Amino acid sequence: MAGRLIELPPPRGPLSEQLFEALEGPPDNRLSLTARVDSSDPLADGDLQLALYVTYEFQYAAIRGVDEDWERSPSLLAFRRALEEPFEAAVAELVPPAEAAELESVGAALQAIVAEDPGPPLSRYMETQGTREQMLEHVVHRSAYQLKEADPHSWAIPRLGPGPKAALLEVQFDEYGGGSAERMHSALFAKTMAALGLDPTYGHYIDRWPGITLATVNLITAFGVQRRRRGALVGHLAGFEMTSSIPNRRYGNALRRLGLGPEVTHFYDEHVEADAVHENIAAWDLAGGLAAEEPEVAADILFGARALLQVEARWARHLMDAWERGETSLLSPLVPLAA
Amino acid sequence: MPPDQSPPATITPYPDGPYLVRGDFAVTDRDGNELAVERRTIALCRCGKSRMRPFCDGTHKLIGFKAPSGAEPWPGG
Repeated sequence: MAGRLIELPPPRGPLSEQLFEALEGPPDNRLSLTARVDSSDPLADGDLQLALYVTYEFQYAAIRGVDEDWERSPSLLAFRRALEEPFEAAVAELVPPAEAAELESVGAALQAIVAEDPGPPLSRYMETQGTREQMLEHVVHRSAYQLKEADPHSWAIPRLGPGPKAALLEVQFDEYGGGSAERMHSALFAKTMAALGLDPTYGHYIDRWPGITLATVNLITAFGVQRRRRGALVGHLAGFEMTSSIPNRRYGNALRRLGLGPEVTHFYDEHVEADAVHENIAAWDLAGGLAAEEPEVAADILFGARALLQVEARWARHLMDAWERGETSLLSPLVPLAA
Repeated sequence: MPPDQSPPATITPYPDGPYLVRGDFAVTDRDGNELAVERRTIALCRCGKSRMRPFCDGTHKLIGFKAPSGAEPWPGG
């Protein structure tokens, strides 16, 4: 398979319009924001999140028709910073500061944080009532991250001391299929998509992802591209792994209830077993190990986990609210598949 | 790491969680049949409520399972 290549989707407002217009030309200073980015709801702002997503996408993929030298163009980085500020502020508003007692055992604090997951019961709904159309939408939303699963967390590897680094690699080795390209979790997800009749090409559904779906990925990338946020990146991974095995069992059950076979459910079933291993390593050896080595980032570890849960909760509410209204949760409905 | 270079097996109880098994190990039933294991580190159920025993499926979190990583003291002191 060739390297990742995405197509720019249609812009969704002034920010993405300005960005995409500039990207048509050579990297230069034509890209500059004259005013502060003004958004009443940055987490769900499709224009802001899409523009931010594309500035980050240079880290993962080529963009058709866009000079790759834009990746390090000062004007692009300044533009990105202006988008990150309201996004980061909106996330920070949802996350209470860590308490002193929590910092004494980051592993135990993470267990307590995930036990109080603020999200609605999306996986339970899918298991018991979700329709085939809703499951397909869920998969399309998740493809924004799952087709690059594990990649942003790998940015933490060079930034950790030997103990937590070894713990991260123990998790990542499994995420990357134990060294087998076919068993990589991103490849398993692509197989699930194909078996459902969806297009598993990286970035294929970018024009259907609402702002909050883009925000779930932008959050990881925002932590991943900055060494100073290594704590938050590790906390994000720990939170992700610790809230994975039970929901994934339910999604697998949902698909079985809908009559789908192992070629579709394998991704979910694999995550039940894998993440039951990973969550312990991530909480205690990785996050706990990092906090012990670098106590100054302990609070940011918990921030990363709480930020993940809050943004995921907002995303899950978006899906359930849209379905409750009888609407698609994507920007446009998927073409109905032949039964 | 090829199996002949694996370190000896270790079994580590994780706080409020499963046993993680690493190193050179095999899981067998009483007849000696090996249970399929597809990863280098596995988690064995410690709470008893997993739906895929002997492997952990995360259910301990739903039932409030509590246990330390180290050995518990003898009940009689």
